[in-house]
Amino acid sequence: MKEENFLSIIGKHQAHLGGLISILEDIQTEYSYLPEQALRLVAQETGFSLVDIYGVATFYKLFSLKPRGKHLISVCSGTACHVRASSGVVEEFEQRLQINAGETTPDGEITLVTVNCLGACALGPIVVVDGYYFSNVNRQMVGEIIDNARAGIDRVDVDTDERIFPIEVSCPHCNRSLIDKNFYIDGYPSIRVTVSFGRRHGWVRLSCLYGSYSVEQEYEVPIDTIVDFFCPHCHAELSGVSDCTSCGAPMISAFIPGGGVLHICSRRGCKAHMLDLHGASL
Amino acid sequence: MINLIINGLPVSVEEGATLLEAARFLGFPIPTLCYIDGLSPYGACRLCVVEIGEGPKAKLVTACTYPAEEGLKVRTASSRVIKARKMILELLLASCPQSKTIQDLAAAHGVRRQRFRQEYEDCILCGLCVRMCEEQMMAKAIGFRGRGQNRSVGTPFDIQSDICRLCGGCMYICPACQLRCTYTEPEKAVCGGCENLSPPCLEKEQFDDMMCYMDPCVACEITKD
Repeated sequence: MKEENFLSIIGKHQAHLGGLISILEDIQTEYSYLPEQALRLVAQETGFSLVDIYGVATFYKLFSLKPRGKHLISVCSGTACHVRASSGVVEEFEQRLQINAGETTPDGEITLVTVNCLGACALGPIVVVDGYYFSNVNRQMVGEIIDNARAGIDRVDVDTDERIFPIEVSCPHCNRSLIDKNFYIDGYPSIRVTVSFGRRHGWVRLSCLYGSYSVEQEYEVPIDTIVDFFCPHCHAELSGVSDCTSCGAPMISAFIPGGGVLHICSRRGCKAHMLDLHGASL
Repeated sequence: MINLIINGLPVSVEEGATLLEAARFLGFPIPTLCYIDGLSPYGACRLCVVEIGEGPKAKLVTACTYPAEEGLKVRTASSRVIKARKMILELLLASCPQSKTIQDLAAAHGVRRQRFRQEYEDCILCGLCVRMCEEQMMAKAIGFRGRGQNRSVGTPFDIQSDICRLCGGCMYICPACQLRCTYTEPEKAVCGGCENLSPPCLEKEQFDDMMCYMDPCVACEITKD
C-alpha cells in the first residue's frame, strides 16, 4: 500500500475538524475498502484514537474492512421489498454467485450486499448494480443482472436498449441546429457545442443518443469542473433556468425542434439530464 | 442555583447537576447500573428512569443524563417509573442472568419472573469498561464496534492493543463479569436468592379475621414497617 497516498487523502481534509468520515470515504473510494494500515495512519495523523476510528468504520454500512469486488450488487431487503419476496432474490444471487450476502466472489469481481431501504419502495424488489437500479426484480432476472454486472454496467448497449433514441437539438437563441453531420459518435451525428472552462475554449461533441454519455472533446475537461456551454453559431451562452437536482450545478438547455427542451448538467462527470417535452407536438 | 421539585419536595441544586445527583442529594434512592461516580454518565442501562413533567406531557427520562431544570417536577418512584424499571430489569435478566449485579437489583425490586426468550450474553453494552479505560486509565484501548445487534466491545481488529496496559480496570468494573452465587439452580433466570425474602403467609392480608397461632410471627415482623 502506498503510504503517501493515504497521507495526501488525510491532508486534504485536515483543515476542518470532524472530517473523519470524509477521510474514510475517500480512502474507501480509492481502495474499495479500508485497509488496517490506513486506519492506523489516520489515527496517527488526525489525533483521533484508533478505537474511535474503528468504531466509526464498523458503524456505517458504507465502509468495509474487507476488500470489495469490482462490482457491487446491493439487494434491498427493506420491508416493502421483503414482502415482495426480495429474500428469494438474495437467495438466488447467493446460489448463483456461490457466496453469502456481504461476501465477495473469489475472483474479486462481484460483492453482494443487502441493504435496508433504497427509498424506491414502489419499485421493489430493487437491486442496484454499480449505481444502476433494477426494479421489480424476480428470481428469473438474477442471471441476467449478474451477466450485466460482470460485463460492466457502464457500457450502454445502443442497439438493443429501447430507452435510447437519437434526438436533434438546436440553439435556443439562433435556432440553428447543433447537430454536426461530419462527426459521428455512437454511429449517429454528434451534437457540437463550444465550451469554456478556466481559460480554455474548445469544442465538445456529445452523443445525440438520449441516455448515452459518450463524448469527444478538444481539451480534456477535468472531472467535477463546471463548464460554460456556448452555441458554435451565434456564440450565445446555452444557460438554463434550473439547477441540477443531483449536484446543484446549473443545467444548460437546448431546444428540440418540434417542441421540448433538453437539459444537461454542466458539471463534467455528472450524468444528470432531462428531456422536457412539455408542449411538444408528438 | 436551580429550583426544582422532586417527589413534591422543593429543592435547590447547583447549576449543571443532573436529576440523579439532585435526587440522591435529597435522599431519594434511584437504582443505577451503568452510572458510577467518577465516570461520565452514559444513560445506557435506563435503570435510573424518572418521570418528569405533568399530565399527558409527562415522560420518562434517564436521571443520570438529564440536567436539572428550573421548575421541573420530578417523580422518582411513580407507578409508571416502577413499572418501567421492573421491565428493564426483566429484560436485563433475559440477556444476562448470570450477573450478580443484575440478580441483586432484580431481587431488590421484586422482579420474580422473566418472560422473554432466555439468552446468556457476556455483555450488556453498559459501556462501563469503555469509559473506565478512557476516563480513569487514560488508555482508550477498547471501544464499541459495529451497530445494532452486532454491536460489541473490544479492541480494534480484535487483536491485542498496543495501548492496553493490562490494568484490569475493565474487568473490575464489569457488572456482567461478576458471577452470581450458584446457591440455587444456575439455569433459572431469577436466582430467587437470599434477598428475595417474602413473608410466607401473604394471603393473611386478604382475610381480616384470619387466626394466626404464630407469636411472634417472622412474616409479620418483616412486613412491619
